[in-house]
Parts: sequence; C-alpha cells; structure tokens
Amino acid sequence: MTRQLPVQWEIGEALEPITFPPVTRLELIRYAGASGDFNPIHTIDEAAEKAGLPGVIAHGMLTMAKLSRWFSPYLEYGFVQNFYTRFTGMVFVGDVITIGGKVVGKEERDSAIAYKFDVFARNQKEENVALGKLTFLVSSEAEEVNYGERQSSDRHRR
Amino acid sequence: MWSNLIGSRSNGEVNVVESGAVRKFAEAIGDFHYMKENPYGKRVAPPTFPITFRYGSIEGLELPESGLIHGDQRFEYNRPLFVGEEVFCTLVLKDAFEKEGKSGPLYFLIFERIGEDREGKRIFIASSTVIVTEAVRKEMNA
Repeated sequence: MTRQLPVQWEIGEALEPITFPPVTRLELIRYAGASGDFNPIHTIDEAAEKAGLPGVIAHGMLTMAKLSRWFSPYLEYGFVQNFYTRFTGMVFVGDVITIGGKVVGKEERDSAIAYKFDVFARNQKEENVALGKLTFLVSSEAEEVNYGERQSSDRHRR
Repeated sequence: MWSNLIGSRSNGEVNVVESGAVRKFAEAIGDFHYMKENPYGKRVAPPTFPITFRYGSIEGLELPESGLIHGDQRFEYNRPLFVGEEVFCTLVLKDAFEKEGKSGPLYFLIFERIGEDREGKRIFIASSTVIVTEAVRKEMNA
C-alpha cells in the first residue's frame, strides 16, 4: 500500500513559521524529568547565577526537539533521518521561540525521497538560538519505513 | 587533555523504549503526535529521544560536573525508533582536541552514542560536541 504524503515540499519553499508559547520554568522542570537532564542551571536560579547566567536557561535539546515540529504530523509517511543542530544562543524563561526554515533539497534514494531542510529557532529579539539541518525521508512504501525493513509475519497487524 | 582516551568505548547498556517514557517525553516537548500509534500499529519515538538512554561510561573519562557547553548535536537514523523495542547503547569518545579561545584554551570532545537492535544492526548514531572552558576544567582539578 502506498500512501501519498499530504504535503508538497519544493526546493526554495519556506516552512510555515511556528511560534511556541513563552518558555516557562515548569516546562523546563518537566523536560528535566522526562529527559533525565537535571543540570540545575536549567531549573534553579541560584545554580544558574553561580554559573554566571542571569537566570535559568532552557535545555538546548528542548529547543532541538521543537525544531522538528513540522514533521511529526507525517510520521506515517516517513521519519526524521538526519537531524543536526548547532546551539548558537541561550534561551531564558519568558523567551518566545519561533522556528522557521526552508526546503533546500529533494533527492530520490531507491524507493524513497529525501527532503532536506535548513531550519532555525529564534527568540523574540530575532536572535538565532539554534540552527539546524534536517532530512525527512519519505518512502514510497510507508510500511517499509514503519517497520524499518520488511517483516512478512505480522506486517498487516492493525 | 582527553586525547589519550580517543577511541575509548563504554561497555554499553540495554535500554527499552518504554511507552510511558515516550509519552512523558512527548508531553515535555509539547508534541502530541508522538503519543499515538500510526496506522501500522506502531509508535515512533521522537528523534531526540535517544538522549534519555543510558550508554554506560568510558573507563578513565572524567568530566567536570557542571559548566559543560553542548555545542552541537546530530542524530542519524537507519530507521525510526519504535516504542517497545530494546536498544543496545554504547558511548564512544570519537575525538578530543584543543582550540585557542578568547579567554584561554577551549577543549572539544566529540562523542558518539550508538543504538543497535537485538541483532546488532544499527538503528541510530548520535554525535555531540561538548566544549569545556579552561575555567571549568581548572575547577574540576581543584
């Protein structure tokens, strides 16, 4: 069964920017718990100040997770195959992060299409806090993508 | 100063992509698409989820407890990571070098975290650059 990707990404096209709600301390506490990164500079003011910061900073990996938001609605068509992020600035509580990007490549690979994107995360001052490159691989056989490889016995299980 | 450990590898640990852990992670990153099954009855873990795994430690490798700078991060997948599967994870110190910074030397450490399935086939490789400033390094030895 072939499922058609419901979006079309053409080279040069911009991704619709997404603006997230302001970063909250509770968000950072929740991410600390879910990720296991309990470095106190992300949650406790005194620890951040001791490290010479004006306040707690968000986990870079939380910003990175946000940077792939465009693709999660299409998990049944493909997957994030390559995802690079460089952390270029700090994110503080109250910051409003907007992600943007554009399509920079489209390559056919066997029975798959690799869509390549340049992405960025900016704060409310228009400063880049993270820059990334991402490849979303869409297989013409989505089942193959979803199983990693063909499995004959239970591939039609629903 | 870590260059003598280049190529060192941890013994590795087995991790399970636990359903509840993925749900909590999805909630924490605010992405609810990772909380439901796809039409093939599978749930995929978010691409950054492998940072929650245990990879074991590299013998002899000591790092400052705080003050490390996470410079960059890459995830490369051979296939998606699925909820419920077991992943064998190892950590490798791929490279270590020094660069002259504005306020003294900066130490760069390149780590690779590798996840394999039960047959030893690679699922993902995650590379990261960790930067240690001279001030932080000194504190470690103090």
